[in-house]
Amino acid sequence: MPAAEAASPEPILLSVEGVTKHFSGVTALSDVSLDIRPGEILGLLGENGAGKSTLLKILSGVMPPSSGRITFDGTDYQPASPQDAKRLGIVTIYQELSLIPTLTVAENIFIGRAPTGPLGLVSWRRMEEDSLAIIARVGLTIDPMTPVSALSVAEQQLVEIARALSLKSRLIIMDEPTSALTETEVQRLLSIMDRLRKDKVAIMFVTHRLEEAAAICDRMTVLRDGRLAGHLDRDNGPIELPAIIEKMVGRAASELYARPVQRAVAGDIRLSVRGLRTVRDPEAPHAIVLDGVDIDLKAGEILGVAGLVGSGRTELARAIFGADRIAAGTITLDGKPIAPASPADAIALGIGLVPEDRKHQAIFAALGILPNFSIASLGHFSNGFGFMAERRERDALAGFRKMLSIRMASAEQAIEGLSGGNQQKVILARWLARDPKVLIVDEPTRGVDVGAKTEVHQILVQLAARGIAVMMISSELPEVLAVSDRIVTMRRGRITGQMQGVEANEEKLMELMALDRQDAKGQAR
Amino acid sequence: MSVAGEQNQRGGINFARLLMSFGPLLFLAALIVVFTVLKPSFMDPINLFNITRQISITGLIALGMTFVILTAGIDLSVGSLLAFCGMVAAVVAKGGTANTLSLSTSGTQGYGWFAALLAAVVVGAAAGGVQGLAITRLKVPPFVVTLGGLTVFRGLTLTISNGGPISGFDASMRWFGTGLIGPVPVPAIIFAMAAILCHIVLRYTRYGRAVYAVGGNAEAARLSGLRVDRILVSVYVIVGFFAGLAAFVLSARLNSSEAVAGIGYELTVISAVVIGGTSLFGGIGSVGGTVVGAALIGVLQNGLQFNNVSSYTQSIVIGLILILAVAFDRWLKSRVRR
Repeated sequence: MPAAEAASPEPILLSVEGVTKHFSGVTALSDVSLDIRPGEILGLLGENGAGKSTLLKILSGVMPPSSGRITFDGTDYQPASPQDAKRLGIVTIYQELSLIPTLTVAENIFIGRAPTGPLGLVSWRRMEEDSLAIIARVGLTIDPMTPVSALSVAEQQLVEIARALSLKSRLIIMDEPTSALTETEVQRLLSIMDRLRKDKVAIMFVTHRLEEAAAICDRMTVLRDGRLAGHLDRDNGPIELPAIIEKMVGRAASELYARPVQRAVAGDIRLSVRGLRTVRDPEAPHAIVLDGVDIDLKAGEILGVAGLVGSGRTELARAIFGADRIAAGTITLDGKPIAPASPADAIALGIGLVPEDRKHQAIFAALGILPNFSIASLGHFSNGFGFMAERRERDALAGFRKMLSIRMASAEQAIEGLSGGNQQKVILARWLARDPKVLIVDEPTRGVDVGAKTEVHQILVQLAARGIAVMMISSELPEVLAVSDRIVTMRRGRITGQMQGVEANEEKLMELMALDRQDAKGQAR
Repeated sequence: MSVAGEQNQRGGINFARLLMSFGPLLFLAALIVVFTVLKPSFMDPINLFNITRQISITGLIALGMTFVILTAGIDLSVGSLLAFCGMVAAVVAKGGTANTLSLSTSGTQGYGWFAALLAAVVVGAAAGGVQGLAITRLKVPPFVVTLGGLTVFRGLTLTISNGGPISGFDASMRWFGTGLIGPVPVPAIIFAMAAILCHIVLRYTRYGRAVYAVGGNAEAARLSGLRVDRILVSVYVIVGFFAGLAAFVLSARLNSSEAVAGIGYELTVISAVVIGGTSLFGGIGSVGGTVVGAALIGVLQNGLQFNNVSSYTQSIVIGLILILAVAFDRWLKSRVRR
C-alpha cells in the first residue's frame, strides 16, 4: 500500500475548524474539524444523515457554515458559489456527474475557456491536442472528440477529474465515486487516485465502502449524527475495518427509534422469490442488476432489506412490482407463480409499492390530495359507467386521515403543500385503500421529519399486525433495526445475509452491507 | 405547522385559485367592454351569435386539444386533419369526388349527412389513434409525430380532392353549419354540448382523473397502475374525433370542403387552450378555461374586424394578446401566491 511517504512535512492545505451548520432549527453539523495536506487522501465516512453532504456543500461553496473557520492554502476560505470554490482550487465531483452529455470530451474539458485562434474563433485542433494530454493524466486513451454520452460512468468520472486537474485544482472532493462502478473500474479509479497523490493533489474521498476507503486512504475522518466521531490514522499501521465501523455506528441505541416489542408474527409465506435476475438495460448499462436473489416474505411480518445505494435493493422492489423486466427466476404469491409484466399487473395481484423518490415517482404535485389518494383505486371508487363515486372516495380518505393522522386542510388542497411526512402518509393511504397483500416501501422516511418518522414506523407495524406482508427497504440502519421482524442485507445485487430482527445490530448489518464477503451468512431463505 | 396555519394557507390558495380561473375571464370581459365602448353595436345579439358561430369550429378542436395538452402532449396536425376529414365527409356525402356546384342534390347518389358525419369522426379518430400509437410505440415525441401528420394529412387531402374543393351538399347537411335553433346557430349548440360533455368527462370520471395523473407525473401514474400508453393514445383519438366533427360542421357551413381548409388552425387552437390556463407541461387545466380562451380569440377577431382593423394588423394584435393574456395570468398567480 503506497502511503507512508506521505509523511513528508507538507503544510496543511485545507483546515476546517469547529464548523457548525444549522438549518431552520436543526443542527446538521456540529463543531466539526478536519484537515488535509497536499498529496494526501482523506476518507470522509459516516452513515446516511451523518452530515457528510452538509460538509461537502459547505466546502464546495453551495452554502456557508453557520459558524466555524475554514482556511485553504493559508488564507480564509469563504467561497461565494461553487464557481468561486472551483476558482479557488477546490473541485467537487458529485455522484450525478456534471458533464454535458451531448458535447465532446474536449468541449467539456474546455467549456467556457476554449482555446482560440488568431481570429478569435475556436481552435479545434489545439483543443483536441490539449485535451488528449489532459485526459492522459488520468489514464484515459479515448478520442477527445467522442461525445460524453458515449462514455461509461467510470470514464465520465475520469473526464471530470481530468477537467479538475486542468483547472489547477489542488483539492478534489469525490462524493461516492465508486457507487456506480464495476469492480475493475473501481480498481482503476483507486490506482489513478494513487497517482494523483504522488502528484501532490489532495483528495477527499467520501464513501460508504469501507474496504475501498481502507485500501486507499491515508487518514479517515468519521462523522456521526452531525458530529465528529473521530479520526483514524494509518501512521500506526493499517486502518482496521472494525475500528471504522465502531466509529460510524458507535452511538447507543438512538432515542429516536424505540424498538417495538417482538410481535408474535409469522403467518404463512406470502411472497416467495427464487433466483431473481435482471438484465442490463442497454440504455442504462451501468445500472445494478439482480444476481440471483432469494427472499421469502410472510404474512404479518416486516422484512427489512438493508443495503447501500447501488446494492440492488430498489431494483429488487421494482422487479417484484413489475416495473422492471425480469430475466430469470420465479415469484410466487400465496403459492401461485406470478409474472407481473407491469405495475398494473402487480397491483391487480395485491402488491403495492411506495417508491423511493416521492417527488418523481409517487406524488402528483399539482393535484389535490383526493386524486393523489385514489389514483391506484379508480376502479374501486367509480361506478359501472366510469363516474367517480366522490362521496365514497371522500369518506375513505377521511377514514385514513384519522387512522394515519394526516395533517391536512382539505381534500382539495394540493399535495405539494403538505410536509414530507404527511405526503408519505397520503401515499401509504393510497395503497391501504386497496387492502394489499404485500406492501413494499422503499426508503419510507426519506425526506420525512424526525417526528413523523416514528409515526410512519408505527403505521408499518400496524399494517403488519393486520396481516399485510411488509417489505421495508432502507439504508438507515436504526430504522431497519427498529421496525423489522427479520432483516436481509444486500450488496451488489445479491443477498449477503439474513437474521432475526432481535439478533441484529448495526455492526453486523454494516459488515454485511459494506464488505465483500461473498457468502457471508449464506443466502437468505 | 399547526392546523390553523394550514387552514389559513388553504384560504389563500382557494382565493388564488378563484382568481386564477377568473383571470382569462376578466381579460375577456375587459375586451368586450372596450369593443362595446368603441362601437356599441358590438353587443348586438346578431353579432354575438355570429361570434359563437365563428369560434365553434376551432373551439371544438380546442376541446380535444385540452385532453392532449393535459397529458403534456401537443397535436400540430389538427388543421390538416380537419381538411382531410372534411374531404372524406364530402366524398361520402356526395358519393364521389365529382364537384357539383349545383345545389340540387337530386341527381347525385350520396350517402346522406349522417354517413358523412360518421365518416369524418371515424377517420379523424383513427388518424389520431395512429399518431398516438406512433408516439407511444415508436417513442417519437408528439411534436414530431404530429408535425409529420400535418404534412401527411394535407397531402392525403390534396390527393383525394385533386387539389380542388368538393362543394354542394344537401340542405339537411348544410343545416349543421348554417341552421338556427331559435336565435342560436347550430354550430354553437354543438360546441356547447361538446364542451359540457368534455367537462363532465374530465371532472367527474375515472378517465378524467387518469388524464390529469398521466400529465401530472407519468412515472407516478405508471407506478400507480395506470396503463399510461393507452391513455396517451386515447387523447389523440379524442382530438382526432373533434377535428372530424369540426370538419363536418365547417364543410356544412361553407357548403364546401376545401383542400386548403384549416391551415394554421393548430395555432389558434393551441392558443385558445393555453390562454385558457392549461399548462403545456401537463396536469393543469380545464375545459372551462379552454372555452374562455376560444371565446377570447373569437371576440378579439370579431371586434377588430368590426372596427375595420385590417387582417394584417389583426394577426399582430392577436399574437401580442396571446402573450399578454398568458403573462397576465402568470402575474395574477404569482401575486396571489405571495
